[in-house]
Amino acid sequence: MEILDSHIEAGSLDFKANQTAMLAFVNHWRERVEIVKQGGGSEATLKHKSRGKLTARERIEELVDGGTSFLEFSSLAAWDMYEGQAPGAGVVTGIGVIHGTECMIVANDATVKGGTYFPMTVKKHLRAQEIAFENGLPCIYLVDSGGAFLPMQDEVFPDRDHFGRIFYNQARMSAANIPQIAVVMGSCTAGGAYVPAMSDETVIVKGNGTIFLGGPPLVRAATGEIVDAQELGGAAVHCENSGVADHFAEDDHHALEITRSIVAHLNHKRAVELKTLPVEDPLYDCKEIYGVIPRDSRVPFDVREVIARIVDGSRFHEFKPLYGKTLVTGFAHIWGMPVGIIANNGVLFSESAMKAAHFIELCEQREVPLVFLQNITGFMVGKKYENEGIAKHGAKMVMAVSNAHVPKFTVVIGGSYGAGNYGMCGRAFQPRQMWMWPNAKISVMGGEQAANVLLTVKMDQLAAKGQTLSQDAQLEFKRPTLEKYEYESSAYYSSARIWDDGIIDPADTRRVLALGVAASLYKSWGEKSQGVFRM
Amino acid sequence: MTKFNRIAIANRGEVAVRIIKACEELGIESVLLHSEADIESRAYRMATKTICIGPAATAESYLNIKANINGALAGGAQAIHPGFGFLSENADFAEEVAQAGLIFIGPSSETIRSLGDKVHCKDLAKKAGIPLVPGYQGEDQKISKLIQKAEKIGYPVIVKAAAGGGGRGMKLILNSQDAGELIESAQREALSAFGSSKVFLEKYLDRAKHIEFQVFGDSTGQVIHFFDRECSVQRRHQKIIEEATSPSLTDELRRSMGEAACAIATMGRYKGAGTVEFLLQDNEFYLLEVNTRLQVEHPVTEEVMGIDLVKMQILTAQGEYVHDPKHIRLPRGHSIECRIYAENPFLGGVPSTGLLGQIHWPEGPGRRYEYGFDQGDTITPFYDPMIAKVIVWDENRPRAIQKMLRVLKNSTVFGVHTNIPYLIEILSHKEFVMGTMTTRFIETYFSESLKEPELTDLEKKIAQSALMQLRQQNGVSESSGTASPWSTFWRGV
Repeated sequence: MEILDSHIEAGSLDFKANQTAMLAFVNHWRERVEIVKQGGGSEATLKHKSRGKLTARERIEELVDGGTSFLEFSSLAAWDMYEGQAPGAGVVTGIGVIHGTECMIVANDATVKGGTYFPMTVKKHLRAQEIAFENGLPCIYLVDSGGAFLPMQDEVFPDRDHFGRIFYNQARMSAANIPQIAVVMGSCTAGGAYVPAMSDETVIVKGNGTIFLGGPPLVRAATGEIVDAQELGGAAVHCENSGVADHFAEDDHHALEITRSIVAHLNHKRAVELKTLPVEDPLYDCKEIYGVIPRDSRVPFDVREVIARIVDGSRFHEFKPLYGKTLVTGFAHIWGMPVGIIANNGVLFSESAMKAAHFIELCEQREVPLVFLQNITGFMVGKKYENEGIAKHGAKMVMAVSNAHVPKFTVVIGGSYGAGNYGMCGRAFQPRQMWMWPNAKISVMGGEQAANVLLTVKMDQLAAKGQTLSQDAQLEFKRPTLEKYEYESSAYYSSARIWDDGIIDPADTRRVLALGVAASLYKSWGEKSQGVFRM
Repeated sequence: MTKFNRIAIANRGEVAVRIIKACEELGIESVLLHSEADIESRAYRMATKTICIGPAATAESYLNIKANINGALAGGAQAIHPGFGFLSENADFAEEVAQAGLIFIGPSSETIRSLGDKVHCKDLAKKAGIPLVPGYQGEDQKISKLIQKAEKIGYPVIVKAAAGGGGRGMKLILNSQDAGELIESAQREALSAFGSSKVFLEKYLDRAKHIEFQVFGDSTGQVIHFFDRECSVQRRHQKIIEEATSPSLTDELRRSMGEAACAIATMGRYKGAGTVEFLLQDNEFYLLEVNTRLQVEHPVTEEVMGIDLVKMQILTAQGEYVHDPKHIRLPRGHSIECRIYAENPFLGGVPSTGLLGQIHWPEGPGRRYEYGFDQGDTITPFYDPMIAKVIVWDENRPRAIQKMLRVLKNSTVFGVHTNIPYLIEILSHKEFVMGTMTTRFIETYFSESLKEPELTDLEKKIAQSALMQLRQQNGVSESSGTASPWSTFWRGV
């Protein structure tokens, strides 16, 4: 296989300037993550711990195997939303390893508004379940939540993808042999009570853990009965009398130990076998990616420089290198596992779209997971291209992407605009995981283009009335659109709304992709239905 | 007397750092006049003020007189220190600096013209009775006359075409028996190659040593010398190792050479620091040239004499430095300087450029490091590849050599190749240790590339485990041996 030759001079002034710019993005992101990791703040944390509880993150650290990776999702969910009341949307989700088995862990953070569910909390919980469902990963729910955030009940309760969907998912996953395990470490009230109740196996912590449909205040209001929380639905009640829980834990540590033991006996097996190679580092340091990406996002760069810093031995078997050159396709290994990579190297033309469709079919036939490196302004426009049927050719790519049965992983490394987002497996095309670099942008089109489109429409209207706009008035007209797009296209805006699975450090791209592929092997990928069409 | 508030530095690298330090000690601010390529350097970071005077190409920056003067004026400097190399011996520069109302830290443009010009300088030397390399350049080209002259000069004698170059028409005459034949053949070759049979004769110095004297003219014009340095270890006329004082001079020679050096400097009305270079063979010395500037190797003199030449230069330019006749300075101990070049000693010394990795100069008594770049800086291909100078001092020459060897072995420069392995070989060579090396030392013993040493198994193991550790620290990875990416510790956030 060909070894990619880097033409970047690491350490050159240009490289360093790029590096500085990217590091600024990365550090900015890390600062925000550090804030979010404080959960509801030191006061709330102190109060939480005074009850003998561990924090959500401490629980996860204790639950997973030592010396293993934890792949956290949407750590910046709800960022800059709800007036900052819900850091991380009050829940920590991610894939961690327990007794050698990759599991989806969903841990409520009770230091954030008592772990109640904001709209983004629901979305983050459901997304974690979706990932678990698609990949066949056992689910561990570390429950410590007061249920729905009542002031926003209309946005968390009634719709299909609202609170009830959590239990529907549990039922469907259980039926699909994906173990559901609940650890009740705090309150678990009303609808929340169904999390342990719907689980295959449930642990509850003495003293802190409670499960009930209606808490003591509601009981008293409804029936006049006076009862304390432990008598109503404490650990002893559920383990000895009701049978709602199975394991009685003395404290958080004990509960997590029991949970580890439960996973040890799941007999959860891989369903997909990959032909792997010995693992090899890329020839070039992953961190050099910082210096590879131009500090001015309009300056083009060769995406092979990125691929060279992601794949094993920087080896890349490029497919159709001379055809549709604005898209780079080829086979490589990441952490010893085969992948097919589709990466943008410019705007999409008909040829590049057809090449992508052809290449996806190859990956389908060979059962090789797909990796999309997105940096795309869109499909080419203009008379020549419309006339040659670029919409039809683009549709082939979108068709192939949509129906690909192999796992798909998308990383937005630059811009993600317009139909380019679709062809390159944007969120709507259900990649198993979708990540953003902190410098990435996502919107229907660039702010400048959108403002110009709106301006042209406006100018046409005015021209019909025999009027026009001065140069200054035109700029003033465009300004609000530019500002709106600038704000809404940022990776933070996207990540806050869970349009992606999180922002990652570009230097971690190789690792994140490797973790994703390795975690995709617990459930059969299904069958491909057609032969390879030469486009 | 003019007190400077601010001095502009028309140079780069380690010498710029050296000048900035002297300025700092005198409480004077510095303005570094630098090219676009030199923003990653110690001098850039240390200077009070920096002004970019042009692109990387020297002709457009460091050799551009106008740009330097404009930079100095813009930076609010009263004086310019030219360092060495670049414009330091350019009389026009010195003159234009003065015309711009600035002070040139160095001798006057007249001094640079009279001593810097080789022909003019040799005329002065003849007047002062300072010996020059004996030769004959007369019009009388009869064989008998030429043989007679050759006998007078003393064999071996080189006969070369007056109009020529590149070795054509050049013969080495070892004794009187072959003289006639060789001169005739040289004349024939000269005629066929250059159209003129005229030849010159010059004494062939086959075992000469390069000895130089540090002279210094104070503000009143009084010139004294600060003794000698030996720089015989040269490769293609580029000095590699210098020392003070020379191990080859008798007291008598030292006295007469020192007098000669002061005499010619005085004739050139020398002010500030300068160097008079000689060749020495069989206890006979010959004037080579005068360098009207600070020398690269000035630290070895500073070490044995206990002086600060750059500070003295600045004070002299301010008009306030006068030699103290009551204070007689004598050299003490021995000092050696090694020039560290960024080059690959295993590939014939080709320049090695790139990003500097970790650098470590081991500290200790009697060690001095003059360097212009730190870890993370880039050695560019635009300039001289000298990245540092290592200077040691000890009580005597053998101890200084031992110290230098230890220091070089413990020095670390990652990222680029350096000539350190080559220096270690040279310092360990018998002839160098004996002090009998001549200017042909390098071509005789070190004409070939060094052999790259094979790593021992232990060294390989150490390197591998260091690499593994580094990767773990950086969280880069893994790699071999861990089948699943999940079985390595990693937290993305």
